[in-house]
Amino acid sequence: MKHLLTTRDLDREAAVRILDVAEEMAATADREVKKLPALRGKTVVNLFFEDSTRTRLSFESAAKRLSADVITFSAKGSSVSKGESLKDTAQTLVAMGADAIVVRHPASGAAHRLAHAGWIDASIVNAGDGTHEHPTQALLDAFTLRRRIHGADARGRALDGTRVVIVGDILHSRVARSNVWLLATLGAEVHLVAPRTLQPAGIDEWPVTVHALLDDALATEPHAVMMLRIQRERMVDAYFPSEREYGRMWGLTAERFAALPADTMVMHPGPMNRGLEIASVAADSTRSTVLEQVTNGVSIRMAVLYLLVAGVEEERA
Amino acid sequence: MSGLIVRGARLLGGETGDIRIVDGRIDAVGSVDPAAGDHMIDADGLVALPGLVDLHTHLREPGGEASETVLTGTRAAAAGGFTAVFAMANTSPVADTAGVVEQVEALGRQHGYATVRPIGAVTVGLEGRQLAELGAMAASRAQVRVFSDDGHCVADPLIMRRALEYVATIGGVIAQHAQEPRLTEGAQMNEGPLSGELGLAGWPAVAEESIIARDVLLAEHTRSRLHVCHVSTAGSVDVVRWAKKRGIAVTAEVTPHHLLLTDETARDYDARFKVNPPLRRAEDVEALRAAVADGTIDIVATDHAPHPDERKECAWAEAAFGMVGLESALSIVQHTLVDTGMLDWAGVARVLSTTPAAIGGLAGYDAPLAVGAPAHLTLVDPEASRRWSTDELRGRSRNTPYTGITLPGRVIATVHGGVPTVLDGALVDADTVATTAGGR
Repeated sequence: MKHLLTTRDLDREAAVRILDVAEEMAATADREVKKLPALRGKTVVNLFFEDSTRTRLSFESAAKRLSADVITFSAKGSSVSKGESLKDTAQTLVAMGADAIVVRHPASGAAHRLAHAGWIDASIVNAGDGTHEHPTQALLDAFTLRRRIHGADARGRALDGTRVVIVGDILHSRVARSNVWLLATLGAEVHLVAPRTLQPAGIDEWPVTVHALLDDALATEPHAVMMLRIQRERMVDAYFPSEREYGRMWGLTAERFAALPADTMVMHPGPMNRGLEIASVAADSTRSTVLEQVTNGVSIRMAVLYLLVAGVEEERA
Repeated sequence: MSGLIVRGARLLGGETGDIRIVDGRIDAVGSVDPAAGDHMIDADGLVALPGLVDLHTHLREPGGEASETVLTGTRAAAAGGFTAVFAMANTSPVADTAGVVEQVEALGRQHGYATVRPIGAVTVGLEGRQLAELGAMAASRAQVRVFSDDGHCVADPLIMRRALEYVATIGGVIAQHAQEPRLTEGAQMNEGPLSGELGLAGWPAVAEESIIARDVLLAEHTRSRLHVCHVSTAGSVDVVRWAKKRGIAVTAEVTPHHLLLTDETARDYDARFKVNPPLRRAEDVEALRAAVADGTIDIVATDHAPHPDERKECAWAEAAFGMVGLESALSIVQHTLVDTGMLDWAGVARVLSTTPAAIGGLAGYDAPLAVGAPAHLTLVDPEASRRWSTDELRGRSRNTPYTGITLPGRVIATVHGGVPTVLDGALVDADTVATTAGGR
């Protein structure tokens, strides 16, 4: 594996391997010395064209625990805002010795271009591209689900038969896209819920069951409900009439939360709009995995960086 | 007087014959005895077409000289077999005054590679609010007859109604870029399963079809002429077919790229395939080909849209819309329509020369290759085949979508008003063309 751009091209074996390596990485977090020497002498660049403190810190932390040298390049206030292109920026960073580039970009396909346009030869990790994909988020979600369901016995397993309901702005959600492909590959049963206005074209061809109404989806008694962040500006574009109506129809309200099976997990990629797509009682309950998702994010990103950077070395040797 | 003899070309009726050109006009067709001093072009195996006419070209000058100029764009045109191009108005400054259109027309005449007929803007600054001085542009030396805000839709129904009515008084036509702006805000590619998967904002077919439907009804109501630019969907074809059946004075064009490429090309996020309107589904490509064959779509026009590398070597959403097309147009038409048996070479002459000239009010193209007509002609070798690359381009920009595809046909010679602009498959140099053309 040279790049991680989308979860679509991960087969079941590769996906389970990433999750298993992440288990190893998670185990080291319990040690007194958390650092591994795996990427000593390697340089990982975080190239962020879009603000995302959480994802950036998670990748930084992952790279540092693997002993890589980490350079973080935020586009704001840099030469990028002076008109330097994605191509020039990436070539500059590779000239400085980057072995892997973790890229977050507001345009869909930016990571794909960096990997395949022939501009540079470095491993590319997609840390979120526009409204396309966010593969490490999906991997950490799958990792979180697998751990909750299988506990210490998780290694080697997939998510066969796990029913996951994903709710919200599917149209603009890179988290949803990455989760759909990955969860389906891992054998999970995926249900998507969104008003018709927020369902992407062609959703009927995805390996999912689509519902317009949340209550229909919750009636399937899912193992997990994943609430997506809803952006308030979507109202202006007439995707839905008001926050109140959205919350009433597609929010995980206290009433809906109370009616769920007692072991249904509540997931959210963060940051949350409490009171809009998710009630505090759901977000703060023991069934919420929100903080575990953050912790697991570091393990997953360690696994991905390790497999891309050290893994490529192994293959060459 | 010495002339130019095209020897043994395949004429439009299918027969083989010679063409003698004297003093910028076709002097004789058939079996011609050379006179002393005549130059000869051996056209054995070549098809003789009337000079091609492109109703939709972006020459970029003034203001966009980093992408193209009148000189480089007309060289690209000549290389593609064109002898006349209609230059779109979205330059900087916009071609919305007599001064700008006269400047562009004069540059074309000075260089001599092709007749340049400027298209005037419909509204001031292409802003869709106030009519530009269509009458002044029509009366100028540029004799503008086609008006378009191309790049932008004349979206306001009242402005469109008035433009259709007003242009009728000067014998012109409105060429509409049919794109409902609210339905296409931020749009990046055809709306469909792939846009949903790739996370690129969709450009739905209905945004084109609804404007065409509105405009044909407005054309009927105002008893004016409408031309629809770059029709891209099967639904648009249905609307145009309905309108023509009803007797509405509408004509329509399709680009070569919409006759070949589909939205699948976006899968790699390579912005060379980003164009407006976007590449559509395979079903649309089929419907567009059939519409050219049955006459619902009147012409093929290139929408040649040059952009410098840096506007394409970036993330898809940040890239410019458009692709160059003058050099490749005839090969794409041969590939998609002639070699598929949907159109013969006389049909090619119709969709790429006679009809676009008629729509644009351009004289000298109504009697293709007839004795006495101005000598605009193109010789194409239909048996040739090329693996397409940027080396085939003659304009200033390199944003062709066909790199790596093997395309049939090759322009061997182009003659513009008796002046050879391409000989032996190569452009005649600029000084020679300018001098020869100027001497006429």
